[in-house]
Amino acid sequence: MKIAIASGKGGTGKTTLAVNLALRAAETMPVALLDLDVEEPNGGIFIQAEIVEQRTMHRLVPEWDETSCTLCGKCVDICRFNTILKLGKKIIVMPELCHSCHACSELCPAGALPMRENVLGKLRHYRLGKLDFVESKLEIGVEMASPLIGQTIGYAESHCPGKSYVFRDCPPGTSCAVMDATKDADFVILVTEPTPFGLHDLGLAVETMRHLGKPMAVVINRMGIGNDDVLRYCESERLPVWGKFPNRREIAELYSRGELIYPQVETFRRELDSILQHLESLPGQP
Amino acid sequence: MKEIVIISGKGGTGKTSVAAALAYTVPRVVMADCDVDAADLHLILKPVVRSSEEFYSGVRAEIDTQSCVGCGKCEEICRFAAISHESGKFSVDKLDCEGCGYCQLICPAKAVSLPEQKVGQCFISDTRFACRLIHAKLGIGADNSGKLVAKVKKEARQEATRTGMDYILVDGSPGIGCPVISSLSGADFVLLVTEPTLSGLNDLNRVWQLTARFRIPAGCIINKADLNPQVTAQIKDFLTQQGIRHLDDLPYDEDFSQAITLGKCLPEINPGKWKTRFANLWQGITKELK
Amino acid sequence: MKIAFTTNGTDWDARIDPRFGRTDYLLFYDEESKTMSSVDNREIINVEHGAGPRTAQKIFDNGAQVLITGNGPGGNAARILDQMELKIYVGAGGMTVREAYNAYLNNQLKQGVNNA
Repeated sequence: MKIAIASGKGGTGKTTLAVNLALRAAETMPVALLDLDVEEPNGGIFIQAEIVEQRTMHRLVPEWDETSCTLCGKCVDICRFNTILKLGKKIIVMPELCHSCHACSELCPAGALPMRENVLGKLRHYRLGKLDFVESKLEIGVEMASPLIGQTIGYAESHCPGKSYVFRDCPPGTSCAVMDATKDADFVILVTEPTPFGLHDLGLAVETMRHLGKPMAVVINRMGIGNDDVLRYCESERLPVWGKFPNRREIAELYSRGELIYPQVETFRRELDSILQHLESLPGQP
Repeated sequence: MKEIVIISGKGGTGKTSVAAALAYTVPRVVMADCDVDAADLHLILKPVVRSSEEFYSGVRAEIDTQSCVGCGKCEEICRFAAISHESGKFSVDKLDCEGCGYCQLICPAKAVSLPEQKVGQCFISDTRFACRLIHAKLGIGADNSGKLVAKVKKEARQEATRTGMDYILVDGSPGIGCPVISSLSGADFVLLVTEPTLSGLNDLNRVWQLTARFRIPAGCIINKADLNPQVTAQIKDFLTQQGIRHLDDLPYDEDFSQAITLGKCLPEINPGKWKTRFANLWQGITKELK
Repeated sequence: MKIAFTTNGTDWDARIDPRFGRTDYLLFYDEESKTMSSVDNREIINVEHGAGPRTAQKIFDNGAQVLITGNGPGGNAARILDQMELKIYVGAGGMTVREAYNAYLNNQLKQGVNNA
């Protein structure tokens, strides 16, 4: 089952939940965790595991073949993403801006823009007991997260088979990168905090997930700060609340040191197990 | 007129809380909320919209079923699997379409159009403080490019010029992509808000790699500094190495969430603790602006 | 030499726009003929990605050898400008074009680093 863990707002505890949930589940069943926050992946800080594979991920972008080029400039007109420039007798391709649509390459009358591999970022695959952890990091300067997110999901499908759960730590926000991370998920867990910021951004996330037609549940972090508005919102929107984590400085400190929470904080572990129970009783589970 | 941009790399470090406190503290300022994906500053500033503008960005392909001859060339060449067909008629899934226009170029029947998409709105508002707020809302799944951010900044600059303000304070975008670059462009000073967690340090590093190439003077606030003195010390070393001014260490304090919950900024809920602190922080920043 | 400036207006009293990619105008001063020309770059507000390179193309098309600006070009633009015989000077943000030109002549501006 593919479970996406997302939030409208950054800093609500998405990665904390994803990592702790995955490791707790991995104590008894085969699990995969994908860190799809490819701009700023942080899950790896909390997991000490053996590296199984390291790959440079690529996508195809056009490369200028000076010898075949007639300098007609058609490519510059074709490209809608300002990827190709013509400076006098030179054609320059800006790979960071390329969407890999292949139009320039396939429509070039001289075949002077063959598609070539370009570095997108790095993928690292780790293993710790029953857990397979896959983390991808976008190369600095590459602006589009979506291709790397898609490729990471694809990698996990072929290299991490037979898992009870594939947890996805998604990027924060509601933009296209988040949609790419969640559009083929079976279920979405939204993490929020009981403050006006948390409520507002939860609303944005719920709107996005409804747009994708995803079943979802909410987990509230740092209960006790703020007010009850988030709980009331979930009630009126008929969103199940699967977990309420306490607001403890101890938890923040453990997180700051890159440590797991559930081995050390009992209330946290209980909530985590309750979430796992909810997952187990979802339709489609054996 | 000077522009100060507040960024953090990672979410949840307290960037918007700091922005709100500065909105209260700084005289003759226009506020700009450039976190267009998940804007929150308005929850504290409680804006009353004075004018709004629809925002268009990007195109999506549309197939006119009347003109479509069902040749299927569009579906063949589309690299994003955005085109499918039913009963010989072809259509585009807007969520998957990237607006590359390839289908339009090869359609023999000229059945493809590429209309610009309305993806959001930009607002100019009064707030309950003395300052005006320029903010925006981006639609679901919209491509968060630098464009809407650039629009917000441009409106803020125009507003500041029009009303004779001295400062523009920008609540910047998170992450390290285009929206952050657009947030930073044209800034006179960058204020980094970070936290002493391994994740925070990681993200500070990555966002600094991006910021450094703009060569804008920078300062840093370490929020929740007492949470982890070790990492705080690591951050301070990093700041020294990179020539970033260390402006203040803020303690881990429930006032942050208290203030947000009450829809207020820190100096409002506890002036004794925060009013002078932010006034001093602002002094520290103005020194760097000279 | 031909000097390019990123500006918010079209004459010597205009202010230097600290941005490169999203600058409102590009001003070109030909030192030999002592003439000034300008390019309205405001269409750039409609550009989502690739504002920098697009503006860089305009520098090329107008044949400048020196660029005077405020904060300096971002990564993408810098890579394009690198392909040209161009010297970049930064630190003129907020000055008038006249002040910026004088600062350049008096070696008071820093040379920008052309790297991505």
